[in-house]
Amino acid sequence: MVVLAGLLAFGTSAWALEEQREKELTNLVRQDCGSCHGMTLKGGLGRSLARERISQFDDDTLVAIILGGVPGTPMPPWRGLITDEEVRWIVGRLKTGFPE
Amino acid sequence: MKRREFIKLALATTAAGTAATRASACPVSSRATGDLGVIVERASGSILIIESTGRTVLDRIEGLGDLSHASVVFSRNERFAYIFGRDGGLTKVDLINAVINRRVVQAGNSIGGAISDDGRLVAVANYEPGGVKLFDSASLAEVGEIAAEFGRDQRSKTVGIADAPGRRFLFSLYDGGEIWLVDCGMSGPPKVTKFGGVGSLPYDGLITRDGRYYLAGLFGEDGLVCLDLWADQPAPRRILAGYGKGEEKLPVYKMPHLRGWAQAGDRFLLPAVGRHEVLVVQAETFQEIGRVAVHGQPVFVMARPDGRHAWVNFAHPKNDVVQVIDSRSLAIQRELRPGPAVLHMEFTGRGHEVWLSVRDADRVDVYDTRTFAKLAELPARKPSGIFFTCRAHRTGF
Repeated sequence: MVVLAGLLAFGTSAWALEEQREKELTNLVRQDCGSCHGMTLKGGLGRSLARERISQFDDDTLVAIILGGVPGTPMPPWRGLITDEEVRWIVGRLKTGFPE
Repeated sequence: MKRREFIKLALATTAAGTAATRASACPVSSRATGDLGVIVERASGSILIIESTGRTVLDRIEGLGDLSHASVVFSRNERFAYIFGRDGGLTKVDLINAVINRRVVQAGNSIGGAISDDGRLVAVANYEPGGVKLFDSASLAEVGEIAAEFGRDQRSKTVGIADAPGRRFLFSLYDGGEIWLVDCGMSGPPKVTKFGGVGSLPYDGLITRDGRYYLAGLFGEDGLVCLDLWADQPAPRRILAGYGKGEEKLPVYKMPHLRGWAQAGDRFLLPAVGRHEVLVVQAETFQEIGRVAVHGQPVFVMARPDGRHAWVNFAHPKNDVVQVIDSRSLAIQRELRPGPAVLHMEFTGRGHEVWLSVRDADRVDVYDTRTFAKLAELPARKPSGIFFTCRAHRTGF
């Protein structure tokens, strides 16, 4: 069962980032997304990214918002700065508890 | 008899000696505060107390909560720092004894604060619940609340809070598109004057050093709003309307900050939103007189206190660079690359040095503002805002 879970996780590739890149992305979300959403992700000028709220949206919606931004609001498109795979990793982590 | 007198005298001398020793051992009597400052360590909920003469860290104070986007104002005697945290925490720190003097958690989500010209009132702008709260600066007892209500029972996030002469504060309603002027007077409840329909999504504000103009930047459209507080009937006026001329905006990965903005002689230098430009306007007329193409989305455009140069830092991902603009020729005088994520810049009182927080290098760097030579590095954990006590005597800081 544990092996199967591991294989599945590996298969989605969202969980297969280099450890160093995961650290960079964690810093990016906490520090740079955090300038609007709060370093603890509780919200600020931007909405809360707390697990309970984020879990109400499906992954594809969240990925589209992060990559494409939200027109008419300060939420910018992050396409070009982070890859689709990295955004899926961020979304997965927001839903399961974002690392410190 | 003689012997008894001698003992008495000896006792008195010993007592005096002990008192003198205590006094000299206690730092209270030996430390002035004019060269002190506070560095916010945003990720660890701590601040550093520094002194800028020897460029050393004096102490670290912990337990201040969530300090992302924290800012600081100072008491008139420069002894106390008021730290506004993201989580609604308002902490009064005694800089001489390096201890927390008072602390309240006054809201769920906050963005910044200001102190009145008489030093008696501290005002905090809150996102949640949207509005401004007023506190007695000595006790931190709450003395008033202004709910930022607009439209049909909606409450707005408040931004751009600034102190104006005469126990007044100004702030903007981010969601409501209004500017409010609060006159605290000397007695009775504060009087609020509301200016509606100023534009879409005012995201920050500033007051000029003479206390005459309040400017709010708009995120939802190109331009700023200006309120002349010296007018008999102040009314919001749009300036730099349509500076983008309908061009598509570039993405903004960090919102510009207007507080600490630049007045350079007879001109103001302001960050554009969604374009990599610094806007230059004539101080009296607010007519655009030029633009400076810069390295990225400007965040802070700060004049060296004499106004001759303006230092600019930038939004992610171009935030490793700082540019210095010559305020006369509008040329880029110098480009520095201090390191990853330069978040803030603070000048010494008369501008001989500037301190830069280099967040992702866990470092604060000190530069000579004339030679641009790096003079010192101080270790700090994820440093963001730097605030020197000389702010105590400037309107809008």
